[in-house]
Amino acid sequence: MGETSYAIPESAAAAHEPSGRQPRGFGSIAIFAALVVLAGVVLVPILATAVNGFKELGDLESSPFSLPHVWVWRNYWEILTGYRYWQVLGNSLLIALLTVALTLALSSMAAFTFAHLRFFGDKFLLNYLQLGLLFPVATAILPLFIKIRDLGLLDSYWGIVLPQVAFSLAMGVLLLRNAFKQLPGELLDAAMMDGCGYFSYFFYVTLPLSGPILSTVAVISFVGSWNGYLLPLVVLNSESRYPWTLGLMAYQGQYSTAWQLVLAFITLTILPAILMFLFAQRYIVAGLTAGAVKG
Amino acid sequence: MSANGWATLVIFLPPALLLFTVFVALPMAEAAWYSFYNWNGYGRPERFIGLKNYGYLIGNATFNRALINNALIIVVSLLVQLPLALGVALMVAGRIAGAAWFRTIFFLPYVLADVAAGLIWHFMFDGGYGLPSIITSALGLQPYYLLADKNWAFSAVLIVILWKYFGFHMMLYVAGLQGIDKSLLEAAEMDGASSFQRFWHITLPLLGPMIRLSVFFSVVGALQLFDIIVPLTGGGPFETTNTMVSYLYYFGITRMRVGFGSAAGVALFIICVTFAFGYRRLFMRDD
Repeated sequence: MGETSYAIPESAAAAHEPSGRQPRGFGSIAIFAALVVLAGVVLVPILATAVNGFKELGDLESSPFSLPHVWVWRNYWEILTGYRYWQVLGNSLLIALLTVALTLALSSMAAFTFAHLRFFGDKFLLNYLQLGLLFPVATAILPLFIKIRDLGLLDSYWGIVLPQVAFSLAMGVLLLRNAFKQLPGELLDAAMMDGCGYFSYFFYVTLPLSGPILSTVAVISFVGSWNGYLLPLVVLNSESRYPWTLGLMAYQGQYSTAWQLVLAFITLTILPAILMFLFAQRYIVAGLTAGAVKG
Repeated sequence: MSANGWATLVIFLPPALLLFTVFVALPMAEAAWYSFYNWNGYGRPERFIGLKNYGYLIGNATFNRALINNALIIVVSLLVQLPLALGVALMVAGRIAGAAWFRTIFFLPYVLADVAAGLIWHFMFDGGYGLPSIITSALGLQPYYLLADKNWAFSAVLIVILWKYFGFHMMLYVAGLQGIDKSLLEAAEMDGASSFQRFWHITLPLLGPMIRLSVFFSVVGALQLFDIIVPLTGGGPFETTNTMVSYLYYFGITRMRVGFGSAAGVALFIICVTFAFGYRRLFMRDD
């Protein structure tokens, strides 16, 4: 699959159907209606979550799928003015940014050597790294826990970041190596003739020319880290270090009978992802699907 | 290779190799080693018990149920999710009004964390407040708690998976559809092919690589499903909704049965790797 690339949809205008295949009249209305219904099914759980966060518990119990009789802003306000919400988001952001930065740095450097240098065992080492694509973190989570404990990284950010980076490396190296190899070889030859070493070439030519693929790798590792649950669950003990996924579960555990609060907390914790998605949709969709296709 | 090349190699490659070895390759190898021991994680693994962990795993009803659940996810992903995703992709790849909006909406659940999705649906399925309550209260029946029904609770998991993941597969198909040369479809239409014939004989075969890819992700995703289970059912009621990974978590990690949990991990590893290699060899050679 390595070299295939597909156009990723960016807007409605990107789709060009031959005129004859455009649904017309009744067919088109039926399709539109079906899509509206499906969109409703997809959106109702999210909207119900957000709206029910504005209710008193009694209101929620008696009419869970209607607008609040009285809009209660207190639920959201108390979460937003509290310490907890910002702390879990901050932790997630820190962990995700460290993961992305390290993943980009390590996988671009490794991909660069695989793309441009021939050395004994290069094929073997590349295949070795690609093993990481074959199995999920969960398969080795117990020995990983022991390893993290023995390295003294339990209950620390690095205990999450380093394994996350290690598990993103296979994807990062694969995508970046393919992209680096596609840069015109004349560039490298010319640079070498001019006495430019590999280091300068990497920093001044390869990286600047690889923006899109680097952002793809960044998006994949950021989303994976931001949404990560199993690894922090196993590594962390202190609530003060919880990322939002763990913080959400802890909050739910604490207020399990007060669904209106839990729903408000869910809404606020998924809000950053939704906003990021809506504003950077092009990059996120392209990153997540192109990454999948090319990987 | 030049001195400059060697210097690059020595500086650029080892960090990635080191991190990968320490946190991916070694733990996997150690899982295989620990799986032959009865070990609680403290001191060194000394109580060698051979294949007993595996034997226990195979004979364990809860683990077998988890295996069946994983298989169910795969079946539903392939028989329901993929046709749905393909159908919707055909609808939103065209010039239907609001196509871009629909794509955005359908993809949206995919960017949410599984944990949040699981918790949202925990509320949606709640017998007192959620969807079942609409029906039961309208009919004047007792509240129905789907997540506590040991016969049907797993269907809740399947619904959440459909809800969360079909948009991703739809987007793959939309990308595939836009890579299809429109002149082929136009030529077929001029030759009098019906829209079904055009779909069956042109669009579908040309989507082949994307379909194979989508199947691959469905299966791999199904095998590692965990995050949705915890907030939705916690593996219950009566351990009927575990997946292999949630089984590994609840019975290996939380009880610090390192040897036993490692054996479950190795079983999952073998299934994943066998599938990945077999599938690529059989179906994805030309892609």
